[in-house]
Formats: sequence, structure tokens, C-alpha cells
Amino acid sequence: MRFERREEVSVSALILAPLGAVLAALVLCAGLIAMAGVSPWTAYAEMLRGAFGSRLAVTETFTRASPLILTGLAAAVAFRARLWNIGGEGQFYMGALAAAALGHSVLIGWPLPLAWAALAAAGMAAGAVLLLVPALLRLRFGVDEVVTTLLLNFIVLLFVGLMVEGVLKDPMAFGWPQSVPVAAGLRLPDLVPRSRLHVGIVLAVVVVLVVWLVQSRTVFGAETRAAGLNPRAAAFAGVPITATLVKVALLSGGLAGLAGAIEVLGPVGYVTTTLSPGFGYAGIVVAMLAALHPLGVVAASVFVATVFVGADAMSRATGVPSFIADVIMAVALLAMLVALLFTTYRVRR
Amino acid sequence: MMEAFEILTTASLWAAVLRIATPLIFGVLGALICERAGVLNLGIEGIMTMGAMVGWLTVYWGGDLWTGLAMAVLAGMVMGWVHAMLTVPLGLSQHVSGLGITLLASALSYYLYRLWVEVGDLPPTIEPFLPWAVPFLSDIPFVGEVLFTQTPPTYVALMLVGVVAWMLARTPMGLALRMTGENPHAVEAQGLNPVRIRIWAVMVGSGIMALGGAFLTTAAFNSFFPGMVQGRGWICIALVVFASWRPGKALIGALLFALFDAFQLRLQTVVEGVPYQLFLMAPYVLSIVALILVARRARVPEALMQPYRRGER
Repeated sequence: MRFERREEVSVSALILAPLGAVLAALVLCAGLIAMAGVSPWTAYAEMLRGAFGSRLAVTETFTRASPLILTGLAAAVAFRARLWNIGGEGQFYMGALAAAALGHSVLIGWPLPLAWAALAAAGMAAGAVLLLVPALLRLRFGVDEVVTTLLLNFIVLLFVGLMVEGVLKDPMAFGWPQSVPVAAGLRLPDLVPRSRLHVGIVLAVVVVLVVWLVQSRTVFGAETRAAGLNPRAAAFAGVPITATLVKVALLSGGLAGLAGAIEVLGPVGYVTTTLSPGFGYAGIVVAMLAALHPLGVVAASVFVATVFVGADAMSRATGVPSFIADVIMAVALLAMLVALLFTTYRVRR
Repeated sequence: MMEAFEILTTASLWAAVLRIATPLIFGVLGALICERAGVLNLGIEGIMTMGAMVGWLTVYWGGDLWTGLAMAVLAGMVMGWVHAMLTVPLGLSQHVSGLGITLLASALSYYLYRLWVEVGDLPPTIEPFLPWAVPFLSDIPFVGEVLFTQTPPTYVALMLVGVVAWMLARTPMGLALRMTGENPHAVEAQGLNPVRIRIWAVMVGSGIMALGGAFLTTAAFNSFFPGMVQGRGWICIALVVFASWRPGKALIGALLFALFDAFQLRLQTVVEGVPYQLFLMAPYVLSIVALILVARRARVPEALMQPYRRGER
């Protein structure tokens, strides 16, 4: 058995691959659910109901999807250039801290659009700088960025703890370790009244469209793809590899930082060490399920959010541990990896 | 300052160094075996978590401690087999597959733990390994307390360093494994099967990683809880680079790292006014610094992360 590269990858294969991967994940995890003594049909029906069964459920699912769109996009743009940014979690927190620090008092009195632009820029800058360090370490010293970005996640989470118990601690929070809140006037408006769903999701989708256009229509987009496919050939063809990777790092880190800033300005309002239920790591799954395509990221984010929000409700109703959501994600990721193989290669005997 | 120096002269510090180093020694040896055969195994963090859970659960269900370790190895090998299947015959991205294995192995561990174990206010506990004083040797002042009054898995870890070093350097099997990581085509030319060698290397390496996790729940602590591996797997991946892919240096790296960790833990109680988070950050920062220092000089196995396909160059 051997693999042969397909001449071109068909669009239908790229759409079928994630569907197949998700289906495979649901089938494999059905066995685990059955071990809990619950019918998989019941469990999956409860999950769907938990994610879409009521107005509140739908808004919660989309609230959960909005940061995932941005962290997923962050991973997708980086992976496309073979920059293994696994530090989305840390970059998310840096963006969140920047937004809380500036949004608490510094920007009060600024015209609203300007203040929001400044907060978004601050969040992006914080995330971008955090990824710039490992990117430069790789380019300058050849240090593998997977390990450094992963280790930075742990460092940043401790740093968040340091901040919310220290200089950014909210004195009004009855001793809870949480940061000072964002000024009420600077919070992003709700999209649906009486829910946590806010305009952040619209922003995220706009960012997706912009990134998609940049990737498909600009020289930078072409250079990114070339750097990812074959860096040596790209360098030979005159693509400035170092400059491209630095730009990709700034973009990717910036997107994850923006996700953190929006989460603080939107539904949450302050920073704690549990602000993110693994948005950075789930972003990697989102990016892979999307086959690294910006538009696919939106669909994959909604799916991942559905599984997480749905699993919580399903767990309360049936007693199946909600960790099943993480198992489904992981299996879907691995299945997607295999499915992608068959979209780009065909098997020959 | 004097107090900081005095800490370094206490036997309890050096005993703690060996204790803290043990899971790292297992982890770094496991990662090293995989990488010497040409496969990066980022599943390590999850495989250690799974080893911790399975080892603990076996004992909780009435097995003895050594059976617990054996079951952990088995579970690690199963996860390693999945990673090997995806990355070796299918040649998929070792980065993504490894991260997927980490997500899968940790999620599965937490899921099964919640499913099978009744957790009250506090996680249930087991009777862990107790320190075993080696007869006569443990009576030597200082050295006895440091080296010969450890829990049995620590002795296993130290012996394993020698075994792995000897196997890699001195046996035909080790030579074949190293060659697979440098030039799989040459291995094929010798009539050996590089695909099979890689699969076995990843499985054995993963089994050893799982022991590192199992040490945490059966010797260092006596219970299992989510997030307990705390990035030790990633630190091991950094240590392999630091050690230039050599078992002896890996031991030294793990010990240096553990010394630093044990020292900062004790320093926390002596130095006042410094937030504890800064101390906790230190090990991760140290790993990154170590990587920067050696990355330029490191001799990476030539075929690391290169999928091997027969007849393709």
C-alpha cells in the first residue's frame, strides 16, 4: 500500500472530511457513553437540546463560539505557515489582562469607538508580543516553538494569578482573586437582550472575512502558504521567510489576544484565572476541523461550542461525566487528521 | 543569603531532588526513545496523565502497587500505539497527532475517573509506595538518606537510565533504533523494517512515560486529580533537547531541574515578600532558557519528524 498525492483537492472532499471525522468521533464516543449506562441516543439528543433547546441555550452556545472563532483562526493562520502556535491559551489571557487593565480607568472619557479600537489594539498587541518571543527564538536560535508556546501558557496563567491577586486585584470583590472590572460604559453591547450574547460574535465573523480576503487575495497570503508548503523552495523563489513568519506570528498571537479582550469587554467584564475553559487549546481542534480554512473556522467553532455547552446540560440530565465533550473533541481531531490524508492523497496498491 | 546556602546542605533537600526528578526521568527517557527512532511524541503530557490515572485506579480497585505500575505501562503503550499508527504508517503530522493524543489521553483519563470513582469532598486515596531503605547502604550518613531511602520506583528510574543508555549504545537493537532515527533508508537496506522499529520504539517510550505519571499517584501523592501532571510532560520534551538526546545527560538535566525546583520550594518559606507565583514560574522559565542555551549546539536525530515511506526520498 502506498500513498500518491492527488493532483488537486476537491471542495466536496474538504467538506466531507470534517463531517466524516465528527461522525466517527460521535460513533466512537457512543461506546463510552454506553459504559455510563446511558443510551447514546438519549445522550446526544440531550446534548442537542442543551445547546439549542431554548432561547437561552442558543445564546449560550453562540457566546461560547465567539472566542473559539478567534482562537481557532489564530491557530489556523499559524498552522498554515507551519508555525506551531500552541500558546493560544496564554495569548488569550494576555489580551484579556490588557483589556481589563486599560478598560478599568485609563480609557474612561474617550469617545466610545476610539476607546474600543484602543482596547482591541491593546489586546492584540499583548497577544502578539507573547507569540513574537517564541517565533523569534525559533528563527534566531532554532528553538522549537511548540515547547516554548506550551510552557508560556503555564507561565502566563501564573502571571494572571499574580496580577489578579496583586496590582490588578479588585478591592470590591470580597477578597476573591479577580481583576478590577472594565468600566460599565466600555462593555460591548448585547446582541440579544437579556442574554450574554454580545456583538463580539459579529466582530469575530468580520475578522474571519478580513483574514480570508487577506489570505486569498494578497501577496502576504500567498507567501504564508508558500512558507508552509515548502520553506526552502519558497526562500529560493524569493519569499522572505523570516519576515513572513514574524508577520504570521503577530497576526496569530494578535487574534488570540483579541479573543481574550473581547471576552472581557463582552460577557465577563473582569479577569480571573478560570476565565478560559481551554479556549486556546480548543482553538487547535477548531482549526484542524476547519482544515485551516478561515470560513470553516466559523462552522467548526459552532460545532465545538455545541459539544461543550450541550455536554454540560446532558451531564446534568443523565449523569454522564461532562468530560465526554473533551473526549469527543480529541477523537474528532485525530479522525480529522486521518480524513485529511485521504483528501490530499489517494491509496494505491 | 546564608539561609539560602544552608538549604543546599540539608540531606532532605537532596532527597527531595531525587523524588522530584523521578517522574521527569521516566518522561524524558520515554520521549528520548521515541525521538531517537525519529518520532516526536507530544502525547507525553496526556500519556503521563493516563499513567497516573490507570496506576492509581488499579491500586484503588485492589491491585498491588507493582500491578498498578504494570497497568500504567500497558495503558501508555496503547496510547503510544495510536500515535505510532497515525504518524508512522500513515505519516501524519507528528505535531498535531501528538497534541491530539495528549487531548485524548487526558480527557479519557478524567472521563473514566469520574465514571468509575465516587469523589466526595476530597479525592479518595490509596496506600502509596513507602520509602524503602536499602540495607547497609542507607546507614551511610547523608548519602544514605539521599540516595538509599527512596521509594522503589525511584530506584527503578535510576536503573532504567543505565539500561536505556546501554541498550541504545551497545546492543544491535539500539543501533537499529538509532539508525531509524538518522537514516531509515539505510535501515531498510540492511533488511530491517524501519516502520516496525518506529512503532515499537514509540510504544515502549510511551509505556515508560506512563510510569512517570504513575509515580505521581502511587508514590509522590496518594490520589488522582485533574491537571496533576502540570506540564511535566512538556518539560520532559524540553529536557530531551537539553540532553542532546543522550540518556546520561537526560538524567543530569532532570536532576538539575529537580534541584532548582526543590530549592525554590524551600526558598519560598525563607524569602518573604516575593509572590509565590514567581517561584512557581521559575521551572517553566528555566526550561525555556535551557532550550535557548543548547538549541544551537543540539545534534538532532537527522530523520526526526520525517515520515518514512518506502521507495520515496
